[in-house]
Amino acid sequence: MTFNLTHLFRGSFSHGIHPAENKHFTADKPIRRLPFPERLVLPLSMHAGKPSVTLVRKGQEVVRGEPIARADGFVSVPLHAPASGVISDIRLMPTARGPRTLSLILDVYAGDPQEVLYGAPVDLGELSPDEIVTAVQNTGLVGLGGAAFPTHVKMKVPEGCQIDTILINGCECEPFLTTDHRLMLEQAADLVEGTRILMRAMGAKRGIIATEDNKLDAVEAIRKVLKPNDDVSAVAVETKYPQGAEKMLIKSVLNREVPGGQFPSAVGVGVFNVATTAQMGQLMPMQRGVIERVVTVTGPGVQRPGNFMVPIGTPIRWLLETCGFTGGARHLIMGGPMMGGTVSSLDVPITKGCGGLLVLSEHQLTSEEQMRRYPCISCAACVEACPMHLNPCELGRLAYKGQYETMAESYHLNDCFECGSCSYVCPAAIPLVQYFRIAKSSNREKVAKAS
Amino acid sequence: MLAVILYAVLFMLGLGVVLGAILALASKKLSVREDPRIDEVEEMLPHANCGACGFPGCRPFAEAVVKGEAPPSKCSVNTADGTAAIARYLGVDAGSTEKRVARLACQGGSNVARFKAAYTGEPTCRAAVAAGGGGKACSWGCLGLADCMKSCTFDAIHMDEHDLPVVDVDKCVACNDCVVACPLDLFSLQPISRKLWVACKSLAEGDEALSECEVACTACARCALDAAPGLISMKNNLPVVDYGKNHLASKIAIERCPTGAIVWLEGGKVIKGAAAKKIIRNEPLPILPDES
Repeated sequence: MTFNLTHLFRGSFSHGIHPAENKHFTADKPIRRLPFPERLVLPLSMHAGKPSVTLVRKGQEVVRGEPIARADGFVSVPLHAPASGVISDIRLMPTARGPRTLSLILDVYAGDPQEVLYGAPVDLGELSPDEIVTAVQNTGLVGLGGAAFPTHVKMKVPEGCQIDTILINGCECEPFLTTDHRLMLEQAADLVEGTRILMRAMGAKRGIIATEDNKLDAVEAIRKVLKPNDDVSAVAVETKYPQGAEKMLIKSVLNREVPGGQFPSAVGVGVFNVATTAQMGQLMPMQRGVIERVVTVTGPGVQRPGNFMVPIGTPIRWLLETCGFTGGARHLIMGGPMMGGTVSSLDVPITKGCGGLLVLSEHQLTSEEQMRRYPCISCAACVEACPMHLNPCELGRLAYKGQYETMAESYHLNDCFECGSCSYVCPAAIPLVQYFRIAKSSNREKVAKAS
Repeated sequence: MLAVILYAVLFMLGLGVVLGAILALASKKLSVREDPRIDEVEEMLPHANCGACGFPGCRPFAEAVVKGEAPPSKCSVNTADGTAAIARYLGVDAGSTEKRVARLACQGGSNVARFKAAYTGEPTCRAAVAAGGGGKACSWGCLGLADCMKSCTFDAIHMDEHDLPVVDVDKCVACNDCVVACPLDLFSLQPISRKLWVACKSLAEGDEALSECEVACTACARCALDAAPGLISMKNNLPVVDYGKNHLASKIAIERCPTGAIVWLEGGKVIKGAAAKKIIRNEPLPILPDES
């Protein structure tokens, strides 16, 4: 990488990597709407937390924007109909993660307009912070960056914490993805509006919209809609992976460090994704629900890559065919290439947490020779790369021996957020992050079985 | 000069004698009296430390046996002679514990169950499950990457030619390791007297189940109709055997099963019903063709 003087003045964190960006496929493509697919599949548990409880029965007609499932408790969100149509079935359907979950199948009426008629205007200025949190839950908002954790739960400030800054995460450090970039360019007003709602709900004095310095046009776009001396500001930080991890971003922008095992609220910060915030700014004034999201369909395996506004529940097969997927590709990733998950079936739907669909063609797959694993020689390339300052080298050795408990107890395995930097840099091609995922899932299962 | 060396040696000698005396005294005063039989019983146990008895290892089990809190037969690894020897030594009843074995609730080998995507990553079941479920069409079925075989310390699990684990009933000691290892929870420990066994976990029904696996339960409920009343009930598209009524179980229940998903296990053999389809294919099924 060439030395750039501006980097000296931009915030950053230590360690991390610079994977090839590959954003040129879609970075200049405006967000487009597509016609509705014939059928939508809506899993009741597309968010983290308890699954929603269905409000509709088989054969019932629903209107675009209407609630079709309610939240089950506080850590849960409702679900809204992404299109007008009829619920043709309620059954187990495959999801991207693998296990089948109970899903509503919505047969969309042909010729249904994409206008949303559902919802009533509300004066947000009159709502108390608690009422705003409830209103956000009613919109069904979850972390649209990928985690799909219910947003209103994050908005509830824990006892004894004082939030002074709302940090809006527009880094999009994953290669290939451009949804957040396009959103910042095209929905800057909604984004700022959402930031103000978050600030009011959490009692923060300032809001900072942060992005990487490869998206300076987005900073410009946001600054255009800001008032003079605004308490919301837009900043750029160094382009580096994983800049978009909340703990890294807090370090880069505010130079605060979140203690291990704690949340950003411990250092007085609330971190929200750009897509989530923009949706909040758009939906809250009309009290509507999340029914669509922007998805980047990209990679050399599709002929017409782009950024698309698609209804939640769109089967990826339909989306790929619309983008000119010829079927020659072998590798499909939901999300970005670093942290996204492989999809084993084309029948899984786009869920609230899915921001990208990456199709890699044959020649981009690593060859058998490149995948060949060599023994670890303790070169510590992974130690240099780990943004959490863990020791992936030692963790990898323990994982190889199956000592998962030692990894968690003595080597801070639970601080690993699976960014994959260690696997990326490993010259011996050891799948470190995959080992850690196995270790964490095994530990989680043991805890669940013990209780 | 010599005197210095002499004094030093004498001093060290004196110090050694004094400290030695203290140690000797302490070992007498502070000694923990332990039943010598515990050591003897532990010596007679197989030293597998597998935990199948429910105790953390062989020594805690030996302590429990000597205290009379557990019968010697609770150790499922020991031979009958070994158990009898412990019972004789302690003068207690050996007790009788029914042999349990690990059973797999899946018959979907590569020749009958389809894959919809090829998994090429780390060859363990747990890694495959993390990568979009592993690519098997049936999301409940065995992935065949042998996590159970690797976890078995008694060499009782082997993968057959269709990548399906087979439990050696004689070698299995019901230590629970495979039950923990399987990320799909397909293994469970079952008393050997339970011969009626539902070897499928697919919650899909009818043609959908069949399109994924030729030996899947289609939820036709014939077994529930044919078996003694109340023995088998249908729940979530699967038959559930009420083992409280195990004495009523007979082979009648499996006879009309069209796929052979419910089986009769006897003497390490799997017996399928007369109506079950015969599988003669040996080669793996191709990966499901993509319709697009």
